[in-house]
Amino acid sequence: MSEQPTTLREAIEQAISENEVILFMKGTPEQPMCGFSARTSAALQALEAPFAAVDILPDPRIRQELSAVSNWPTIPQLFVRGELVGGADIVAEMYQSGELADVLGVEPPADAPDDAPAPAPPAAPPMGIENRLG
Amino acid sequence: MPSAEEIKRRIEDAIPGARADVEDLTGGGDHFRATVTAQAFTGRSRIEQHRLVYNVFGAEVGGPIHALSIKTQTT
Repeated sequence: MSEQPTTLREAIEQAISENEVILFMKGTPEQPMCGFSARTSAALQALEAPFAAVDILPDPRIRQELSAVSNWPTIPQLFVRGELVGGADIVAEMYQSGELADVLGVEPPADAPDDAPAPAPPAAPPMGIENRLG
Repeated sequence: MPSAEEIKRRIEDAIPGARADVEDLTGGGDHFRATVTAQAFTGRSRIEQHRLVYNVFGAEVGGPIHALSIKTQTT
């Protein structure tokens, strides 16, 4: 049983340490609010890896504190077993190379696509580049 | 509003021996994709390599530079 976190930063640190795989993103896996977050959560879903997701949009302090904890400026951020694995670019590269499946301990994608996976329906409508901002 | 050329120059000035190819994805000066090649990346994890590039811009990433997509390589 963990102690109740007293600050937002402690709550973030606790979420990272208590969830084997946790994604901080804009929106939710079902309704991502940014193309980068959509691609990253879609990669995890394509691998059928269970993950916790935190929407950082409701409170701008979440992003500030998260970036202070992780020393990483952008969203999304994927943590596995307490370690920052990467943002959208790194996760996409690792998905394609099969490394992401290794890190997550799941089967690699059956046929590796040329590009990052499109969000699987009904995850998200296709997003234009203008919608990539949160 | 930074240009792709400015982003390129700043990366190459800040990281010794780096070569950067920078694309302005929207033409709006706020979404960029940078492919950076540098010997300085050797022996560093991908996270550390990307941090080296992000650190060139500090708080500008997420601010005036809304999105900076990064690909790093050593050769």
